[in-house]
Amino acid sequence: MDFFIDLLRGGVDALAEYLSAHVITCLVPAFFIAGAISAFLSQASVLKYFGPKAKKLVSYSVASVSGAVLAVCSCTVLPLFGGIYKRGAGLGPAVTFLYAAPAINVLAIVYSAKLLGYDLGLGRAIMAILFSVVIGLIMAFIYRKEQSKADAKAFEMMASQGHDGMSPKLQFLFIGTLLGILVFAAGKQWIIMGILLVILAVTLWRFFSKVEVKQWLSETLRFVKLVIPWLLIGVFIAGMIRTGVPESAITSSVGGNGLLANFTASFLGAIMYFATLTEVPIVRSFLDLGMGQGPALALLLAGPALSLPSMLVIRKIMGTQKMLLYVSIVVVMATISGYIFGLVTQ
Amino acid sequence: MIIKILGTGCAKCMQLEKTAKEAVKELGIDAKIEEVKDITKILEYPILTTPGLVIDEEVVCSGKIPSKDEVKKYINEAMKK
Repeated sequence: MDFFIDLLRGGVDALAEYLSAHVITCLVPAFFIAGAISAFLSQASVLKYFGPKAKKLVSYSVASVSGAVLAVCSCTVLPLFGGIYKRGAGLGPAVTFLYAAPAINVLAIVYSAKLLGYDLGLGRAIMAILFSVVIGLIMAFIYRKEQSKADAKAFEMMASQGHDGMSPKLQFLFIGTLLGILVFAAGKQWIIMGILLVILAVTLWRFFSKVEVKQWLSETLRFVKLVIPWLLIGVFIAGMIRTGVPESAITSSVGGNGLLANFTASFLGAIMYFATLTEVPIVRSFLDLGMGQGPALALLLAGPALSLPSMLVIRKIMGTQKMLLYVSIVVVMATISGYIFGLVTQ
Repeated sequence: MIIKILGTGCAKCMQLEKTAKEAVKELGIDAKIEEVKDITKILEYPILTTPGLVIDEEVVCSGKIPSKDEVKKYINEAMKK
């Protein structure tokens, strides 16, 4: 009985700690940025690079980074992945997108950097982008004889549905100002942050209509509603892990930076299901219990990209054989990148 | 008239379903609203991002949540055909 009370207390303590002021100040601007991206950035302009006629080099590069713009929840990633694979640029770019998207949205990067340190936060983003391209190329090479049912029409239809009216310059100024606020708030440069806030207010007042501002706020609120409940549950579980799992179990399985430790971490990550962002506090708990930096990255790379439920959906879209191959490549890649990262940061 | 909501069950898709139901009720027309949640079935339609709104097997809108008035407009246009 005492054990369970301790577990619960661990969860509550974690809630109090992870949701303390300094974490909130960095997450709040990130939510506003995610809302702005979703409301104003023209997603259609990105989609045309995934069409069947797009150059392959362009498709891969755009696929590896566009998760930052397109994918803030997994229900967007999977249909888009299916569309690119079946009707657009083909298997390679589709897989690249599928892998990179969950790791590089603005919320994930900001939260990882804040809670796990800038090394891991940045390492996660960079490795995810690099390896997504490698994984895409491997898959495309193995199944190079396969042709997708190119359907340029769907992509053209999407492109014609874009938000219109806002100039790229204005988008750049607006999102840039928000990013600046995020960076300087994290660095506690309050004066610069204040100046940027004034610029933001002027921009909003001068160039944005009431409807646009409302759109931005409602998208932001949507993300908060989508992410926060899961995050609270994740943080609570992370706290229970920290209290309930013996340190020796962690150090002996995923401590240090051995290949086996990296493999164990990436395999576990592949099977476990993490709702949006919950992987971050859970990895924090593992780190506190003695997990190595390398295995932590391995788990972060394999975790959000894969889970048993997502494997089932992926299998429906591309078949058992390709799904198994994809999963194995991801686990191997996550292991290797964790290992390299562990060596670099030691 | 058959109206289909394409979506894997995320918040946006549920919002669209609610909007569509309200639009149909306010227009007072006889329409059946179906949810399509199976990803392979969703991919048979020419859409890339969910939620998608399909009226009589034609995609009228995808990737965003249309307002109630927009949905009414789509329905009226489909009725003229």
